[in-house]
Amino acid sequence: MINSRSAITFALIFLIPATLYTLVIVAYPLVDTVNLSFTNAGLPKSYHWVGWDNYAKIFNSSFAMVIGRTFLWTFCSVGLKMIIGTAGAVLLNAAVPGRTLFRVLTLPPWIIPMAIGIFMWGWLYNGQFGMISGVLQNVGVLHTPFAWLAYGWSAFWATILTDVWIGVPVVTIYLLAAIQAIPKDLYEAAWADGAGRWYRFRRITLPLMRPAALTMSMLSLIATFNSFDIIWILTQGGPNSQTTTMIIDTYKTAIGSYKYGEGAARAVLICIFLSLFCLFYFRAVNRLSKGDSR
Amino acid sequence: MTEITDRLQPAAPLVAAKRVAAEVPMIDRYKWFEKVGIYVGIAVFLFFVLAPFIEGFRVSLRPLDHLFSSPYVFWPDDASINAYFQMWQDVPLLGRYIFNSLFISLVITIVVLLLVVPAAYAFARFEFPGQGVLLGAFLAVNMVSGAVLLIPLYRLMRTLGLLNTYYSMIVPGVAFLIPTGIWLLRAYMMGIPRELDEAAWADGASRFYIFRRVILPLAMPGVMVVGLATFIGAYATQFIFALTFNSKSELMPLAVGLYSFFGKERVVWNELMAASFAGVLPVMIVFFFLQRYLVAGMTAGAIKQ
Repeated sequence: MINSRSAITFALIFLIPATLYTLVIVAYPLVDTVNLSFTNAGLPKSYHWVGWDNYAKIFNSSFAMVIGRTFLWTFCSVGLKMIIGTAGAVLLNAAVPGRTLFRVLTLPPWIIPMAIGIFMWGWLYNGQFGMISGVLQNVGVLHTPFAWLAYGWSAFWATILTDVWIGVPVVTIYLLAAIQAIPKDLYEAAWADGAGRWYRFRRITLPLMRPAALTMSMLSLIATFNSFDIIWILTQGGPNSQTTTMIIDTYKTAIGSYKYGEGAARAVLICIFLSLFCLFYFRAVNRLSKGDSR
Repeated sequence: MTEITDRLQPAAPLVAAKRVAAEVPMIDRYKWFEKVGIYVGIAVFLFFVLAPFIEGFRVSLRPLDHLFSSPYVFWPDDASINAYFQMWQDVPLLGRYIFNSLFISLVITIVVLLLVVPAAYAFARFEFPGQGVLLGAFLAVNMVSGAVLLIPLYRLMRTLGLLNTYYSMIVPGVAFLIPTGIWLLRAYMMGIPRELDEAAWADGASRFYIFRRVILPLAMPGVMVVGLATFIGAYATQFIFALTFNSKSELMPLAVGLYSFFGKERVVWNELMAASFAGVLPVMIVFFFLQRYLVAGMTAGAIKQ
């Protein structure tokens, strides 16, 4: 029934709508991006082939800086998400009264429209009247108001913090599910042998949640590398381009300055980096599944 | 399955509560300082997650002039819910923005389900050459974001004449929600016992009849989860396409429409926050009723490692 010829025909017919849609809206634009990246396309209707010019321009400009900054931004953000997410998952896994409520309360940043959460952070970072600056002044850490989005280094970390805030709920809940899938008898056996809580965490929880953590950090890496809304709403890449990541730079070049060709070249580079991440990820997964027996 | 949804039994009276207390396994008992540590940890964690909401709510309750005053005071002595009324007058299109957000998300959800349900069934139940590659190709879509494809998408929308219409936000929005939908629903459908469709097949039912009368009813909970996840996803991420492909204010979703509160000289923060809460409310209500199903569905992947 499942692999006769008529079954295959039936399955393929069922796949046509989704496949066709994805081909037109994702695959074709992807090919078009590569194509455009070799042209000087812009506002004028006519454009011509310019070979590797756009790529040459990228590497002559300050784009190397942008790439470095993007990697730093991404790795800091993903690292923080994973650390805070793991801590959150372990805490929410503890058998204390109220935990169901605590778990539900973790999710709002993920449920609400991203833009709304980002506007809220925009207020928190406000220098004169925002909560962060205000509380730090009340406590006495700061003596004068501090506008977090007005200076390069603080805007850099402020955008990271907001990205972490938006990403943490999913990481936490995913890792929590992974922890709960660990067989209970492992803990009971270790406990019966006199293993303490910390020892059980280090020797059972951490190793057994590693595959899920790896998957999650990969998904998070892709999302973070592509993160646009947060930086765009908070700083638009400023001040002084200190929060301009690759995706922001692509947007500014293509949509802001109408240099479609140069923007496309940047987009192609982003795709190449993302493919490399995936390659490393699959190699890591393979190594992990081979080394599982130790 | 996951324990994330566990609740106290609804009708568990005192007796049961006492028995539970007595039966807490030794391994789950905490010393008092461990308990304090856990609660302090959870409190810090939840504060990080919820502080922006608390602050946003506080801001929405204060008159604008008083907001712009140092030093910072946490407890306002001048609270008023005026902003929640004033905002509809200051930004007359606000109701329209919220409607647009809901409308766009709803249409996206319907289209995604129409595309995803058959595809997930084909992946879950049939074996055909190139199956793995095709599934992998769908998942690879998750790798590219809307921002990367913005330039050709813009040209495509222009060619099709869809710029400045609802379609310019719906059409690309759908594409990026298909992969996750297929992935989740395929996993759900694989859990439906094959014996059911085989029995119907032996009774002479056609393939389409089996899909419609056997699989679809049984897969309904899974379809619900995917629909809900898609709706929330569509509601949460409708910024970049709306920003780039649409400039008509009467079609803007809330995420972009909120920029109306950014005046030339100052941002009307209290009304911005009030409007944000009004826009969050619909999806929050849906979420709190259905969160159990949603969380169970979304985390299925973590367990089947």
